[in-house]
Amino acid sequence: MSNVSIATAGERAPARYQPATKLGVTGFGFYVYLLSDAILFSALFATFAVLKTATDGGPTARDLFDLKNVGLETACLLTSSFVCGLAMQAAEARKPRELAVLLGVVFVLGASFLTLEIHEFGGMIAAGAGPDRSAFLSAFFALVGAHGLHITVGLIWIGSLLVHIMTMGFSEAYQRRLFCFSLFWHVLDVVWIAIFTFVYLLGVQP
Amino acid sequence: MFGKLTLHDIPLDQPIVMGACLGIVLAGVGLLGLITYLHRWRWLWEEWITSVDHKRIGVMYILLALVMLLRGFSDALMMRTQLALAGGGHLGYLPPEHYDQVFSAHGTIMIFFVAMPFVVGLMNIIVPLQIGARDVAFPVLNSVSFWLTAAGALLPNIALGVGEFARTGWLAYPPLSELPFSPGVGVDYYLVALQISGIGTLLSGINLITTILKMRAPGMELGMMPVFTWTALGSNMLIIAAFPILTVTLGLLLMDRYLGMHFFTNDAGGNPMLFINLIWGWGHPEVYILVLPAFGVFSEVIATFSGKPLFGYRSMVAATLVITVLAFVVWLHHFFTMGAGADVNAVFGIATMIIAIPTGVKVFNWLFTMYGGRIRFEPPVLWTVGFMITFVIGGMTGVLLAVPSNDFLLHNSLFLIAHFHNVIIGGVLFGCFAALEYWFPKVFGFRLEPRLGKAAFWCWFVGFYLAFMPLYVLGFLGMTRRTNHYDNPAWDPYILIACGGAFLILAGICLQILEIVVSIRTRRARRDLTGDPWNGRTLEWSLSSPPPAFNFPVLPAVEGLDAHWTSKAAGPAARPAAYDDIWVPENSPLGFLLAACAAVGGFAVVWHIWWLALVGLVCGLGALIASSWREHGEICVPAVEVARSDHLANVFRVNP
Repeated sequence: MSNVSIATAGERAPARYQPATKLGVTGFGFYVYLLSDAILFSALFATFAVLKTATDGGPTARDLFDLKNVGLETACLLTSSFVCGLAMQAAEARKPRELAVLLGVVFVLGASFLTLEIHEFGGMIAAGAGPDRSAFLSAFFALVGAHGLHITVGLIWIGSLLVHIMTMGFSEAYQRRLFCFSLFWHVLDVVWIAIFTFVYLLGVQP
Repeated sequence: MFGKLTLHDIPLDQPIVMGACLGIVLAGVGLLGLITYLHRWRWLWEEWITSVDHKRIGVMYILLALVMLLRGFSDALMMRTQLALAGGGHLGYLPPEHYDQVFSAHGTIMIFFVAMPFVVGLMNIIVPLQIGARDVAFPVLNSVSFWLTAAGALLPNIALGVGEFARTGWLAYPPLSELPFSPGVGVDYYLVALQISGIGTLLSGINLITTILKMRAPGMELGMMPVFTWTALGSNMLIIAAFPILTVTLGLLLMDRYLGMHFFTNDAGGNPMLFINLIWGWGHPEVYILVLPAFGVFSEVIATFSGKPLFGYRSMVAATLVITVLAFVVWLHHFFTMGAGADVNAVFGIATMIIAIPTGVKVFNWLFTMYGGRIRFEPPVLWTVGFMITFVIGGMTGVLLAVPSNDFLLHNSLFLIAHFHNVIIGGVLFGCFAALEYWFPKVFGFRLEPRLGKAAFWCWFVGFYLAFMPLYVLGFLGMTRRTNHYDNPAWDPYILIACGGAFLILAGICLQILEIVVSIRTRRARRDLTGDPWNGRTLEWSLSSPPPAFNFPVLPAVEGLDAHWTSKAAGPAARPAAYDDIWVPENSPLGFLLAACAAVGGFAVVWHIWWLALVGLVCGLGALIASSWREHGEICVPAVEVARSDHLANVFRVNP
């Protein structure tokens, strides 16, 4: 009995062997990407932690943050994640129209979040608290802005998914992409919760 | 229209730079002319540029590394000759502003565009073959990774003729790299080039981890993977964990320079030491990203050429993983002089010394593998033995530097330079050359000329000692790194010996080029028809040389370590009764297009040509989205074709 036998696929292979499905491989790869993204955000969090007291005599977190706006942003994002879950269910049930509507809702909620964030940033810059004012503000804009940039990419992605489902319908490849998108969107929520807690809530603490 | 770019940015008044540019342009035009003359454009596009075959992509990675090695080495020769001429009141021939660019480019190119592509290329070629996979997990993404790396490598070379390169050293420490102190485009070239290639590396890390963990042949458990695959896994885990830090760090410096932010500036609360901490949070793991796969190469080579199983497989795997983890807890030893205090320095010093333990385990395992073996001193073994001697010396000087009190004396002296060249040349580069000699017949189907290979090794080996051992002494004599000229007669003899060593290494490189040329010319006589020229142990040697596009006609069923060796010992395997159709991935131009967009967009960002940068971004995004419309990216190799290929390969295997 040789240790390597040339066997026709599956014939003499050990019983436990199951070739990985395409969804399994793609999903796993995307998880690894998300891990790397988590490290990217940790580096930005670390930077923020180091620089958050370096206000250079300028405005501090307590002067700047408006929890009402942030609360609204959080509500938008968390709801969008929930709707994204519903969209996944619609996709599993192979209901293209329902899926399109739900993805549309995710898009609107994400876009609302982004609008609120841009509004917040614009207000700060107009008040002289832009990213070039102090190291603290540089770190703030970089961290929160990186999250916003991810949301922007997510919105473009939703757009592409919407056009896909409306023109070409379901396919295995489409299911994989949708799966990856939903992972991406949920992880952005997790990152946002960390931003909400460590940047905003702890920032306005006396 | 052209941002900051004007005709004055082309250094027409500098004969050395212009000569180099002219050489590059002439070589480029000559190459393009040759391709046109031979009507090879379609071939180049279909067989290479758009190829998603992991073996071809790996070959292109290594080709890139070898070309850039020539560039990085000419920088090294310039530095050594400059110093040889710049003693005793002479100024040498390289003025400081040029010399500073030379040493910055040397470091950047050698690490990012020689060592990285070489190592990533090796992993690309070998890992799927060793684990019985038909390709990597994401073949198109693989092509994207390579072309982004190539686009990144292009920018520092454009900087040679258009503008300038960074004068800040290879890690561009702030505040020197901030706008007030480096107002030119050099640092921007550096940052943009590394961002582009860094993304390529990250993507290839994702790809290889997924490949190793999800695509192994039936029966191959983690504990049956060849050691090279294990080290590749460790290395790619480090890539995933470390490269995002690099992206962030360089991104923040970019924002400082382009948007007037204050992460690392001297004013408005910026903190330059934050950059140093972050960059080494990537930089130290990077050392292990490079050296772990080299350790894997040595493990494969030494087991094969000793005709024995690797001694202590489990301890080798454990040592690899311990190093993977420890890589992240020692970054502060690069700047003990920061002033973090005795306690912090002691912790990091001890953590650093602890890494010597798993590394020592590895060295002993290699030695015990050789013990009692019938060793064949082919070129890969010479590089391996050369490595063991050299690397142990480098490791010991590393432990010396890990003692904070020593480090205060030796920080940024030539002792440090000698140390890291000792481990990177003696470890990484020797490993890459061993791998080149070892796997060349597998990839190209013919062997390299061994006598020239051995001669090249001896030039490199002796040249290395002549070039770098004097630097240890110079470090003790107080010579600092990045010195442009000096006036200390006590240093003269050492600097001259080092210069001689560099020229001996040049002879080694010339011999290597000759070796490849001679081998190609006599390739018919050197054909490897068996697919197993070294009597190898792992699965790649069970395939024909070169392997077919789909690698394995039939997926092997693995039941233990050294799968090919045990199979050979059991006698000729029965031929499969039937073959299946195999689906192989279709070519894709996506990688090339994205890289073209990245190179153009990156160049535009360096020169503030904002409209062009926008064009690059929109085109890249468009290409990405358009490619997601392709639903069927695979073509079928019919079973008859698979059977024919397999039978053809077996004619020679049974009857060599």
